Amino acid sequence: MEDSMQESQQGLPPSLRGSNRAEPRVVRSGRRSANDGGGNGTQPERLASSVADSLKNIDEKRLAQALGWFRVALGVAEVMAPRQLGKAIGFDRHPGFMRAVGLREIASGIGIITQPQQPERLWSRVAGDAVDLALLGVAINSGRSHRGRLVAATAAVAGVAALDIYCNRQLSRHGASGSDSGSQQPLRERVTVTASPEECYRLWRNVESFPRFMRYVESVQETGGGQSHWRVKAPGGTTVEWDSKITADETNRMLAWESLPGAAIDNRGCVRFEPAPGGRGTIVSVEMSYAPPAGRTGTIAAKLTGEEPQQRVHDDLRRFKQLIETGEIPTTEGQPAGRRGAVLSLLWKRRVE
Amino acid sequence: MKATCWYGACDVRVETVPDPKILNPRDAIVKISSTAICGSDLHLYNGHIPSMAAGDILGHEFMGQIVEVGSAVKNLKVGDRVVVPFPIACGNCYFCKEELYSLCENSNPNAWMAEKLWGHSPCGIFGYSHLTGGYAGGQAEYARVPFADVGPLKIENALTDEQVLFLSDILPTGWMAAENCNIKAGDTVAVWGCGPVGQFAIKSAFLLGAERVIAIDRFPERLRMARDQGGAEVMNYEQVNVLDALKDMTGGRGPDACIDAVAMEAHSHGVMGAYDKVKQLTRLESDRPAALRQAIMACRNGGIVSIPGVYGGFVDKFPLGSLMNRSLTIKTGQTHVHRYMRPLLERIERGEIDPGFVITHRMRLDDAPQGYAMLRNKEHDCIKVVLKP
Ligand SMILES: NC(=O)c1ccc[n+]([C@@H]2O[C@H](COP(=O)([O-])OP(=O)(O)OC[C@H]3O[C@@H](n4cnc5c(N)ncnc54)[C@H](O)[C@@H]3O)[C@@H](O)[C@H]2O)c1
Ligand SMILES: [Zn+2]
Ligand SMILES: [Zn+2]
Repeated sequence: MEDSMQESQQGLPPSLRGSNRAEPRVVRSGRRSANDGGGNGTQPERLASSVADSLKNIDEKRLAQALGWFRVALGVAEVMAPRQLGKAIGFDRHPGFMRAVGLREIASGIGIITQPQQPERLWSRVAGDAVDLALLGVAINSGRSHRGRLVAATAAVAGVAALDIYCNRQLSRHGASGSDSGSQQPLRERVTVTASPEECYRLWRNVESFPRFMRYVESVQETGGGQSHWRVKAPGGTTVEWDSKITADETNRMLAWESLPGAAIDNRGCVRFEPAPGGRGTIVSVEMSYAPPAGRTGTIAAKLTGEEPQQRVHDDLRRFKQLIETGEIPTTEGQPAGRRGAVLSLLWKRRVE
Repeated sequence: MKATCWYGACDVRVETVPDPKILNPRDAIVKISSTAICGSDLHLYNGHIPSMAAGDILGHEFMGQIVEVGSAVKNLKVGDRVVVPFPIACGNCYFCKEELYSLCENSNPNAWMAEKLWGHSPCGIFGYSHLTGGYAGGQAEYARVPFADVGPLKIENALTDEQVLFLSDILPTGWMAAENCNIKAGDTVAVWGCGPVGQFAIKSAFLLGAERVIAIDRFPERLRMARDQGGAEVMNYEQVNVLDALKDMTGGRGPDACIDAVAMEAHSHGVMGAYDKVKQLTRLESDRPAALRQAIMACRNGGIVSIPGVYGGFVDKFPLGSLMNRSLTIKTGQTHVHRYMRPLLERIERGEIDPGFVITHRMRLDDAPQGYAMLRNKEHDCIKVVLKP
């Protein structure tokens, strides 16, 4: 801890080694906004958190193997009994197609089993899942098939897709060798902003403005001495809170921060502002690491937001860019629509609230 | 208000939905006076674009009157008559400054989704799936227009809706398709697809100096329009071998530039046609690229293949060898409409183009479902439908 603090003061936040950390202080806020549907949160939120929950204790490499075998089994079923399987999922008009999908399934399953360390393999699977999802989505829409079963099948494929994505993320993050789950590579994201480093630095230095572009941050209050208090949305209408302090501050160039001991989510990071080549604005790069309690890589961070931390930082950075460049953040929330179908919006929408 | 909503393949309905509101300071609300159904909408209608959700409001070709502006919109006021470009662009980002408006980095709230499918995200688009933002579209009585200080073109003269409506999309799209052909004096341009985009590509190719334009389709009424209105030589691909015929017409060399104004749902016969149909049906390929394959094979050595037609995902049997070994250039993109609106408006004012000629059907907004079905099935010689809310 001592070491890493020092390192981060040099502006190089290290990856955090897993250590004994307190359980997160989860605050039931009880307050929900009017349009989030009430109950136990929105469907994508529930899906995400239940996936995260069920994955807590699974070792990623075994997960990859299991996924591989699942695919082979599914593929064999599709090849041997395309009609029956088609009937079961409500898509029985094209047995030939079922067989073709089955062959692809077997091939990719074998690929995963034999080369579990190759993230590209799994990514090809994720792409395959996306295609299947699109297929099922269209079959639902076409009205020719039996909707109920198709919906169930879509949910199953969506589940597999979620597993694929999760598993792949984990394998990619840990690298080919697969490191112990107590340590975590810092995540890195960057964006090019058409603005000067000064403007970018100024917005980032003003921590109270974070909720404007950080989707899940509810509030940040400066508490003096470079310290601030954070309130961050979590699934199920909860929030988590912690205190943080700025550990390095180079005007117009770099900022680094670190949560104070006892934080719900130990986190540290830094952001740099570098002029882009050719006068094309500023490259803003963020490097961050989270340390979930008890060394359970990824799950807490995923639970925190219902989505991948990497993606969240990526999206927040984009919103930072949008705010600086256009003065607003594009949105469709609050626009009209006809009556929505629950399942389809579950597939495409991905929101905590 | 009433709005045309998507509910699934071949299922659109005009429903009563809440009126749109200003959501951001640079928004405006437009009361729509005219809106059109586009060939692009047919891709949604036929269920070939992923990430549509039941209830999505369709429509990206519309114009009307400003009825409300956000606090940051200074160049428009209530009562202004505007045509709205279909890409949503901020005007501030690197790509907007380069006039590549359909690549705006700031207008797609679902950029993450597009990044997953396409690597990077293009701009947001009205009524065109969640991949490009999930924005409510303009086949409705009102629409919310983001970045209204950048997009909408004010119409301050007496031109009719039908003369200026297509500045929103298909006229600039046909124009950009031809501009991308880099036309030089003496050039022959071949255009696959004589829908509205093809018709405007033909017109634009001549305006940009093409010597000859050859138009390819199978519907007599569309070919007739290409010949009579556009001045093109026409070819029915069901009656001739297109590649042979194009060679015959160009001294064996092939057209200098080829425009694919057909896109992902190309119709074709024979083994390849069946192959694409099955693969697309089963989602093993997302697009049916028959016309594009042909355009590439037909193009002269060193020529340009310009693709205004919309593709969504992946294609098979793409003749990359032909492209590479014969030094072809491909130019494509969602149209950078903002770049072309004013110059094309001036051409309309000067009487060089009167885009209204493509309109075959005028209907009430309530009849949108019939309009879609008719356009899809090419019934009643339907080429372009304009809806009046
Ligand atoms: N790039 C853009 O920004 C942009 C903008 C608007 C429209 N578009 C796209 O342009 C395309 C055309 O639009 P449209 O409104 O004219 O559509 P449309 O459906 O009216 O026209 C397509 C035409 O292609 C013909 N066709 C089908 N298969 C063919 C083949 N194998 N060979 C020759 N012709 C064939 C059809 O008969 C039809 O006449 C669509 O894909 C649309 O999505 C792109
Ligand atoms: Zn269009
Ligand atoms: Zn922009």
